[in-house]
Amino acid sequence: MAIKDYLRERFFPHMWCPGCGHGTVLNTLLRAVEDLGLNKNDIVMTSGIGCSARISGYVDFHSLHTIHGRALAFATGVKLSRPELTLLVPMGDGDALAIGGNHFIHAARRNIDITAIVMNNRIYGMTGGQYSPLSGPGKKATTAPYKTIDNQFDVVELSKAAGASFVARTTTYHVQEAIEIFKKAITHKGFSVVEILTQCPTHYGRKNKEGDAVNMLEIYRDTTAKVGSKALTENPALLGRGIFVDKDTPEYCEEYEKIIQLAMREVA
Amino acid sequence: MNEQIKFIQGNEACVEGALYAGLEFFAGYPITPSTEIAELLSQLLPQKGGKFIQMEDEIASMCAIIGASLTGHKVMTATSGPGFSLKQEAIGYACMAEIPCVIVNVQRGGPSTGNPTHVSQGDVNQARWGTHGDHAIIALTASNHQDVFAITVDAFNLAETYRTPVVLLFDEVVGHMREKLVVPEKGEIAIVDRLRTSVGKGVDYHPYLPREDGRLPMSDFGGDHRYNVTGLFHDMWGFPSNDPKVVKDLLHHLVDKIETNVNIISRYKEHYLEDAEYIMISYGSSARSAIHMARHRREKGEKIGVLELQSLWPFPEAVVREKCAGAKAVIVVEMNMGQVMRQVKACVDRPETVFLANRIDGKLITPTNIKGILRVIQGRGV
Amino acid sequence: MAKKKLKEHRINRDWCKGCGICVKFCPGKVLELDAMEKVVAVRPKDCICCKLCELRCPDLAIEIVEDEGDE
Repeated sequence: MAIKDYLRERFFPHMWCPGCGHGTVLNTLLRAVEDLGLNKNDIVMTSGIGCSARISGYVDFHSLHTIHGRALAFATGVKLSRPELTLLVPMGDGDALAIGGNHFIHAARRNIDITAIVMNNRIYGMTGGQYSPLSGPGKKATTAPYKTIDNQFDVVELSKAAGASFVARTTTYHVQEAIEIFKKAITHKGFSVVEILTQCPTHYGRKNKEGDAVNMLEIYRDTTAKVGSKALTENPALLGRGIFVDKDTPEYCEEYEKIIQLAMREVA
Repeated sequence: MNEQIKFIQGNEACVEGALYAGLEFFAGYPITPSTEIAELLSQLLPQKGGKFIQMEDEIASMCAIIGASLTGHKVMTATSGPGFSLKQEAIGYACMAEIPCVIVNVQRGGPSTGNPTHVSQGDVNQARWGTHGDHAIIALTASNHQDVFAITVDAFNLAETYRTPVVLLFDEVVGHMREKLVVPEKGEIAIVDRLRTSVGKGVDYHPYLPREDGRLPMSDFGGDHRYNVTGLFHDMWGFPSNDPKVVKDLLHHLVDKIETNVNIISRYKEHYLEDAEYIMISYGSSARSAIHMARHRREKGEKIGVLELQSLWPFPEAVVREKCAGAKAVIVVEMNMGQVMRQVKACVDRPETVFLANRIDGKLITPTNIKGILRVIQGRGV
Repeated sequence: MAKKKLKEHRINRDWCKGCGICVKFCPGKVLELDAMEKVVAVRPKDCICCKLCELRCPDLAIEIVEDEGDE
């Protein structure tokens, strides 16, 4: 299958701004699905609200565009009721970690077999550029005209602490790496988190003088380094990319299947 | 046969009804006074191969059942006031996306944390207007365990028939009281199963195009038809649209599919109504006191009866208006500050003859309470 | 593995929003934006079929079609 077979082409060109990294997330994610040879009928994409959430409308899977922050809660219902389905849950940073933060940590804690993708552009784009829990201090936003004073979450550390059994970070510059990470995350049995830095030139880039989409990709290139690389060891100021956690821990739906067996034996 | 007779709580009767109706997936969060529903289902659902999950909060529970409904399962959640407040946005989503699901609200005193272990019927209007925007909703209630069972089955049937969330508005007294339940034989009460599309693989399926009879056949997530589900206004494929005609038509559809069927959806019971000059309108546990009072007064020759409502939304206006047409006075007996009374006043011919007999202190309204108010109405002194 | 040979850049001009990402990061400097701010392959002979433009394109507007005729 070609990548276009996974698209709902009638809705293109998409609604994202010129240079928005979200299109690259869609692009690389579909390459991963294509490489894995997944059947479209077996995939459910669940999203919340925001620029990121619109991604579910563009893919020819079962698509569930829900309410702000709750995509993982909906996805949990889909997955537990039909564990054979593959659940892809792309979310924005505010969607996943502000309003949806509770669902995020608890889905990770359960280790339910869902692939959560945090499309981190460090801003609320759809509403016009307010700071998010991933903006970090010293940034400009429409709700931080002087500067932000809030600390940001480290998505990797948060996911690890919450119990996710696969945790990775990549960027929209490192597309080949992103494809490989998506493939591993989707294949992984358990809760997978992929944080992908994705540029918002319209709001974040402009307000924080990071330039256009090209400049922002250069920043991703120059300020990140592969985990285990010499560059990262020598310069801790760089942000690590790659796979941070990949472990086998009991998966929620499989464990629930055992509960069913236990309960059935009890009545028999 | 004996095992079909149970002596149980109302919350357990609700569970029995839900399982009889075909419940397969429950998500919930602990909250008094509904928790027994979750506890019992955590035990019984896996015995039948069903799924129970205790979610991280009330919102997540509501979202999870919507997700599970989309894969073709009958679903339910249960809560009380504060949890019902939290679920409202997702209930609106289920209205908009037309997802069958059942939400039990075992009412306790509010607002806020209120009176968690005590009875109230203060969520009647919230059931109707808790979520934002114009919409329609079905809300049912019952006063005894046999009816709790039957109305719960009904809730699932209506949810499937109209592709809508259905609210079961019970209350603390009904939920926690123990009395007899005779579980009907399989087949005794008809079950409405999920209506699935007959459209074959590769043929364009319209999840939001009603058939001639108004029903919308569904296709399970994971099946042959890949479509979009959204809380945005959407076209017949489920894709977002803000075309004024699409918006207007969808809103009309969402409201009309329920409001125009109010006569089919209306559920009520008549107690001593035939020649009643004084009519009490009541529901849930307060109806028990009203019925007791009517029985007692009938023995003394007074022409008094009870119209017991079992569907509160869409409000059974025609029923209320017709039954109350000849009454000297209508007394609405409820445990709130007149939420159903206002509906009754709005639909009867002589609203000045409608009175409220209520109690709002967390205690069950008693026959004596009602009697006292009735004496005032009848001009017989306090 | 045989060296990849380009057949064509299949560019969807309706989808391209002219962000310039493909132009900037093309290792062979094959691409440019035209007056309409749409991408065009001006030096296709320099294309090494790395497909980075195709993979990075946020508009999913570029496809590198390889020549597989004389394998």
